[in-house]
Amino acid sequence: MTATEQHGAPAAFGPMRRKEDARFVRGRGSYVDDIVLPGMLHGAVLRSPHAHARITSIDTAAAEAHPKVKAVITGQTLAGLNLAWMPTLSNDTQAVLATDKVRFQGQEVAFVVAEDRYSARDALELIEVDYEALPAVVDARRALDADAPVIRDDVDGRTDNHIFDWETGAAARTEEVFRDAEVTVAEDILYPRVHPAPLETCGAVADFDKVTGKLTVWETTQAPHAHRTLYAIVAGLPEHKIRVISPDIGGGFGGKVGIYPGYVCAVVGSIVTGKPVKWVEDRSENLMSTAFARDFHMRGEVAASRDGRIRAVRVSVLADHGAFNGTAQPTKYPAGFFGVFTGSYDLEAADCKVTGVYTNKAPGGVAYACSFRITEAVYLVERMVDVLAYRLGMDPAELRMRNLLRPDQFPYSSQTGWVYDSGDYQRQLALAMELAGYQELRAEQRERRERGELMGIGVSFFTEAVGAGPRKHMDILGLGMADGADLQMHPTGKAVLRISVQTQGQGHETTFAQIVANELGIPADDVEVVHGDTDSTPFGLGTYGSRSTPVSGAATAVVARKVRERARIVASAMLEVSPDDLEWDGARWFVRGDPDQGKTIPEIAFAAHSSLELPDGVEGHLDAQTVYNPPSLTYPSGAYICVVEVDPGTGGVKLRRLVAVDDCGVRINPMIVEGQVHGGLADGVGMALMQVIAFDSDGNCLGGSFMDYLLPTAMECPSWELGETVTPSPHHPIGAKGVGESATVGSPPAVVNAVIDALRPYGVRHADMPLTPAQIWRTIQGRPFRTDLAIT
Amino acid sequence: MQVTVTVNDTEYTREVEPRLLLIHFLRDELGLTGSHWGCDTSNCGACVVWLDGTPVKSCTVLAVMADGRAVRTVEGLERGGQLDPVQQGFMECHGLQCGFCTPGMMMTARWLLDRNPDPTEAEIREAISGQICRCTGYENIVRSVRWAAGHSAPEATEATEVTA
Ligand code: FES
Ligand code: FES
Repeated sequence: MTATEQHGAPAAFGPMRRKEDARFVRGRGSYVDDIVLPGMLHGAVLRSPHAHARITSIDTAAAEAHPKVKAVITGQTLAGLNLAWMPTLSNDTQAVLATDKVRFQGQEVAFVVAEDRYSARDALELIEVDYEALPAVVDARRALDADAPVIRDDVDGRTDNHIFDWETGAAARTEEVFRDAEVTVAEDILYPRVHPAPLETCGAVADFDKVTGKLTVWETTQAPHAHRTLYAIVAGLPEHKIRVISPDIGGGFGGKVGIYPGYVCAVVGSIVTGKPVKWVEDRSENLMSTAFARDFHMRGEVAASRDGRIRAVRVSVLADHGAFNGTAQPTKYPAGFFGVFTGSYDLEAADCKVTGVYTNKAPGGVAYACSFRITEAVYLVERMVDVLAYRLGMDPAELRMRNLLRPDQFPYSSQTGWVYDSGDYQRQLALAMELAGYQELRAEQRERRERGELMGIGVSFFTEAVGAGPRKHMDILGLGMADGADLQMHPTGKAVLRISVQTQGQGHETTFAQIVANELGIPADDVEVVHGDTDSTPFGLGTYGSRSTPVSGAATAVVARKVRERARIVASAMLEVSPDDLEWDGARWFVRGDPDQGKTIPEIAFAAHSSLELPDGVEGHLDAQTVYNPPSLTYPSGAYICVVEVDPGTGGVKLRRLVAVDDCGVRINPMIVEGQVHGGLADGVGMALMQVIAFDSDGNCLGGSFMDYLLPTAMECPSWELGETVTPSPHHPIGAKGVGESATVGSPPAVVNAVIDALRPYGVRHADMPLTPAQIWRTIQGRPFRTDLAIT
Repeated sequence: MQVTVTVNDTEYTREVEPRLLLIHFLRDELGLTGSHWGCDTSNCGACVVWLDGTPVKSCTVLAVMADGRAVRTVEGLERGGQLDPVQQGFMECHGLQCGFCTPGMMMTARWLLDRNPDPTEAEIREAISGQICRCTGYENIVRSVRWAAGHSAPEATEATEVTA
């Protein structure tokens, strides 16, 4: 069900079937594991069974003697090439293959290259590694204890597990407000460690050509250009000798932003054997070693007036980053964009401290459709608003309505320095309440509570800051977050758009064609979108943090406008008038006052390639290039309402409804936008109710397969109910704001708030995700458990 | 060991290791990469194909178990150059994003429609409940199958023949 408002969307914008689907529905996609090269060998990674242990010896002789094995690579081999360690995206280092110690269970220890997949796996069994087990740091809250084992003793002079402290807001001012507030509430809130688990695991095919010296790597990457530059820096090869191809990708969700040791091993394997090498991890490797997200231990406090005015929010966070700081955040933001924890509310003051620590877990803090930690920020503030509502005995929707920013406050500078571009929050929440039938739901709930039934209604309202970002403030490893776009116009008016961002299912081949079509008045089918290959696309930082449309989408509109302006000059020569006398009507340049005299882009494109005499100093052809450096971030928002029923006997949750009203500015292809929201809602439901990567006291990962790491199926998901409001971003060329992660950000607090609301008869104010039947049952008994550690 | 398997109406004979999984046989031996592999534990359904007309998780079947039998994969959904209504439905209703789960979902959907030409939303959800999609939240997959149900059925497939 969709409730759509009328807005002046341009003609080429609208639902359009996806161009990419023609290959996918025929089974003709080309994912990394589908790549087959002549003579290709297969790699497999030997992993550590221990969370923390010293390696005393590695014996690879038996593996090397295996008749189908071509090479066995260890940390020592790599050390000889100066590749045993690699930089992470956060200026830390990470072991490619362990040399001294293993620091998490599942860490990469050796790499076997063999003739086929099965033999490579067989040979792993033949490698003998002796370990001397060490005590592991599993509980992040113990990581800074004086007697905690030091995990990163590879770094000279390191005597503890502290990574960073980061602060934002105004501590003194906030303390003042808290001191004089009528009401304050506080709560410990965990956003547990989760894994994005795209259906396709990570993998690479590396092909080093000794003759030309060129390295080609097909990778499951969301950021091909960033990877190429990193390879260039680490391996000392020039960029033009490295080609990174990101073919069809089976979902990313942030898990495919970083460089994993397996990719590097495949590259080294190819260099060592002289043959192409494929490495594809299996699911347990994926879940145990790559791409963790969240793991934020938060304490939230809110100061308010008795009549429900939220005055200040204070947060302290302990961030578990695992054994290597592999988080992918812009450099100046070690806690990502957590600074938007002030939410969608007008506060008097705010203050936040984040401390990052190492633990003996896989490198974490990467991402997971989180818009750089906005997921955690939104969960914190939206949970805290409900805690306040509970304390005040107020309706949580009403409390939000009273505190939301008003339309006349935009652009709004938050207490932590974020400049929200636009929004119409009250209208958005009102629409969500109307779609949900909020008052009727509350009436039903009262009735059912009287009958002893547990029904809950949860509300969340979020604002995201996406589209990183202005290069002055935002870079990753020194690379500014601006994106290029090239638009080539063929003589017949067909176009080829080259972009740096890469789709993992978002439909770029369609929506980016629609952007060009909209600017040039040509059919979207006449625009081919080229992406995912560093040899044929301009530089840019990649697809994550909902940045494709805000940054590369803007670049696309700008480059198409450049083409349009070039076309204007050519048209003026064709029509023998001054360019100033021409006007654009969406499809043609025409002579002002004489609309019959006009030329379309295909007509102009042909003329631009013809013998037509052009004004002095004007080049032929229409091709153009641009680099878009976003002036600011864009701020999509959402109002979500969830309805659940809880079985008091089993603790089981039935998700009855989830209403999502998103405002992502102008929608290029509403069908795709809705699809993005649907996926994010399911994702959020998974995190709220079932997904968690927990550890036992020895650091054994307890979520290493889909038997243990539960993902929502069609049975757990209701039919989503969507609505929309549209407040265009004032600084984005087409007014779009980005939507890829909105629903993943907004739905967990809505679902959790609903479950906690259902448990109100038991006096429950908070319980940590995931709200599994066991957790709910224990919560009802007054003894919720820590979901990040094994229950014993 | 030697196996002979009929895949999408073509007979293939290959020498294989006894432990070779059917999914790897299809992908690595025959180059039919439309069926995917997504987990180690038979949970995800990215690998669903038909074995003698019944959907199976081909990561849980040995290639030698398919000896003398018929397999149909996503590459064999299209008939005589015509897309199956299920394939059309997925395109019409945005039933796929990254496309990784799609072949398995479509094989199950066609099997369901052959048995139950007008399934309810709940029946569709149940039919695909052993398969995971990380992108779509399932909504548009359900709509795609409903779309296919409302559009002309293709020629009888081996699945319908088995039922008959
Ligand atoms: S590959 Fe996951 S069920 Fe077969
Ligand atoms: S479309 Fe990506 S997993 Fe289903």
